[in-house]
Amino acid sequence: MEFAFTQEQEMIRETAAAFLAEVSDSAAVRRAMATERGYEPALWDRVCGEMYWQAIHVPEEYGGMGLGYVELVATMEQMGRFLLCSPFFATVCLAGNALRVAGSKEQQSRWLGQLCEGKLTATLAFNSGSSDWGADAITATWRREGDAYVLNGCYRYVIDGHTADLLVIAAREEDSKGEAGIGLFLLPAATAGVECRWLPTMDQARKQAAVRITEVSVGTEAVMGELGQSWEALARVIDIATIALAAEQVGGCQQLLDMTVAYTSERVQFNRTIASYQAVKHKAADMMLRTEVARSAIYYAACIAQEALEGTALSGELSEAASVAKSYCSDAYFAVAGDALQLFGGVGFTWEYDVHLYLKRAKSSEHLLGNGTYHRERLACSLLD
Amino acid sequence: MKLSFSPEDELFRDQVATWLRDNLAGEFEKLKYRGGPGDEHMFPAERQVWEQKLAEGGWTCVGWPREYGGRGCSIEQQVIFFEEYARAGAPGRVGHIGEGLAGPTIIAFGTEEQKRKYLPGIVAGTQLWCQGYSEPSAGSDLANVKTRARLDEARGKWLLNGQKVWTSLAHEADFCFVLARTDPDSVAHKGLGFFLVAMDQPGIEVRPIEQITGTSEFNEVFFDDAECRADDIVGEPGDGWKVAMGLLGFERGVSTLGQQMQFQNELDEVVRFAKGNGAANDPVIRQRIARAHAELKIMRYNSLRMLSGQSASDGALQKEALIYKLFWATWHRTLGELAMDVLGPECDILEGAPYALSRLQSMYLFVRSDTIYGGTNQIQRNIIAERGLGMPREPKGTAR
Repeated sequence: MEFAFTQEQEMIRETAAAFLAEVSDSAAVRRAMATERGYEPALWDRVCGEMYWQAIHVPEEYGGMGLGYVELVATMEQMGRFLLCSPFFATVCLAGNALRVAGSKEQQSRWLGQLCEGKLTATLAFNSGSSDWGADAITATWRREGDAYVLNGCYRYVIDGHTADLLVIAAREEDSKGEAGIGLFLLPAATAGVECRWLPTMDQARKQAAVRITEVSVGTEAVMGELGQSWEALARVIDIATIALAAEQVGGCQQLLDMTVAYTSERVQFNRTIASYQAVKHKAADMMLRTEVARSAIYYAACIAQEALEGTALSGELSEAASVAKSYCSDAYFAVAGDALQLFGGVGFTWEYDVHLYLKRAKSSEHLLGNGTYHRERLACSLLD
Repeated sequence: MKLSFSPEDELFRDQVATWLRDNLAGEFEKLKYRGGPGDEHMFPAERQVWEQKLAEGGWTCVGWPREYGGRGCSIEQQVIFFEEYARAGAPGRVGHIGEGLAGPTIIAFGTEEQKRKYLPGIVAGTQLWCQGYSEPSAGSDLANVKTRARLDEARGKWLLNGQKVWTSLAHEADFCFVLARTDPDSVAHKGLGFFLVAMDQPGIEVRPIEQITGTSEFNEVFFDDAECRADDIVGEPGDGWKVAMGLLGFERGVSTLGQQMQFQNELDEVVRFAKGNGAANDPVIRQRIARAHAELKIMRYNSLRMLSGQSASDGALQKEALIYKLFWATWHRTLGELAMDVLGPECDILEGAPYALSRLQSMYLFVRSDTIYGGTNQIQRNIIAERGLGMPREPKGTAR
């Protein structure tokens, strides 16, 4: 039992923080978020070429760095802290994990290889517009026609879906219900019949898209895992990605806390810094409590995600760990963002200060992949039913 | 970073669990799940016999070094011991103040003579301790203690005068460690001494405090020329604050994992009631139970972070340790409210007259103390903001 970062993990975290402080400052975030693409290709090239984050937890046999999910989570935490605008989450945490969990050897070496070279961005589409992120969220369909499969349907909340080169999509067999009949398919975005449309979002620093698929015919090479039986694999992918998203939330909490302490220590009213008022200190203390508790949750969840990827002893705890982390971190991030804005006062309400970027991200991330209520109900089902 | 224990540690876990299963039986069966916070007044004599049973098996002071009679367990093994102890439903320890507070303080700051005199009785479970810190005017402001200690050089004794309050186990304890003012002209944390005082003497009177639960676990202790040998001061006169603060560090040890196992037992009971009376179908109750479950789960990993992490070079607490008291105390208080809301109108109905509380009722009332003792939530927030975030310290007042 050892529940602290190793020296190497500490170094990865510090390197990430130093790099992002330089390349993802407020001006860089604002430049990227004002574009439809949502990230600067030159910066993504640096991430892939210098930091190699896109390959961080991909096994070495596919050209990856072969590190673990703890390293990924430590890096993701820093990306959340600096609001890095990049296709990392969609490419690595959603599509990359889908390939890891459900892809065949051939699919992995073909697509993970390109992904690790930084030549490919990808994403995962499964939810057609539901606040329930379970199997019922999938309404797109597949049907067999000879040796081919014909896909139809619509997706929303597809992260970076309008720029991704490759889509991993979930669809259900026509007339199937619930967890039955689910299939996973690999679909290049350029395929005829695939229409990806940018959805402008309140949180401009992370882009979302709607995807429509109309009578798209694919062969067996596009099928991931066992057709019709893929819910379990997809659920695992979603849980593992959810843990990465929770890490992003913790990074956001930390940045808001640091910004708030710095601001209140400079702002003077009634001849005192406002940081000297107990009302302000106590709110800041609550922000720190939420941040630290959230951090404990994601480090634990990261260890479980690693076990789930390796199929070792504690993999059975994956869905619980994901729900524990996401429910706590979602509520924590939004509460911390709200407190930060309140303590910044008037300037927190302006476009110029960065607080609103985090407030918007907090609400967006809270609902993405299931909000606190959704994840607590998942926990309640296993505890009470 | 890894979550699992080594095979050797898992063997140790089996050893602890087996010993507890074999020994927490027969005459001790009735002690299961008893004597915890809110229930400390139950079976004190039997629990001291149990303490001695533990000592026979070598299960007291497991984290102490072997040279002082401890078991010399690693942090991992201590975690395992406290977890298994609570999992087995073994009773609240009457020896915990000696083992967790008095002993470690004497080991760290005491003389060889004090170690020889006091440590064996703690290890053997034959001598119980209580803590003489709080006073009517020294609660959150602990440094404001007014109890005085005067050295009577002719008799070679310190004479103590004053009053302590909220002293748990004072009526059972053989000894008390007392923070008292050695310099009558001093204020705040200067001029204090840390004394080891025998309880059985004419100069000490113990009066129980009747609590919100109708029971009495805490006491007032009055010192009226109470005597203490000149050799029974820990550190020099004037060092008392330093010794007392060193002791606070021992309070945040591995026993928090055992405390969480007890929380788990309570939450399990709430879940059982919720399933039994249909509250488990109420969507709001479901959310609250799931939240309690998630946060307790995280609490465990927060503790593991505390135990795995390195302390800062100046001995300052890490951030995850600074927030811990505020987190668990608030969690526990919320669990008490949840327990009553799961029971619904039945929460008001007693097991019997005059005032027989069920375990959950007693827990609900007792947890109100969690956010007060050992630094109130408000004091905790000051500490977090000042030490964790470097925000300005509270100004000193002028009221007397």
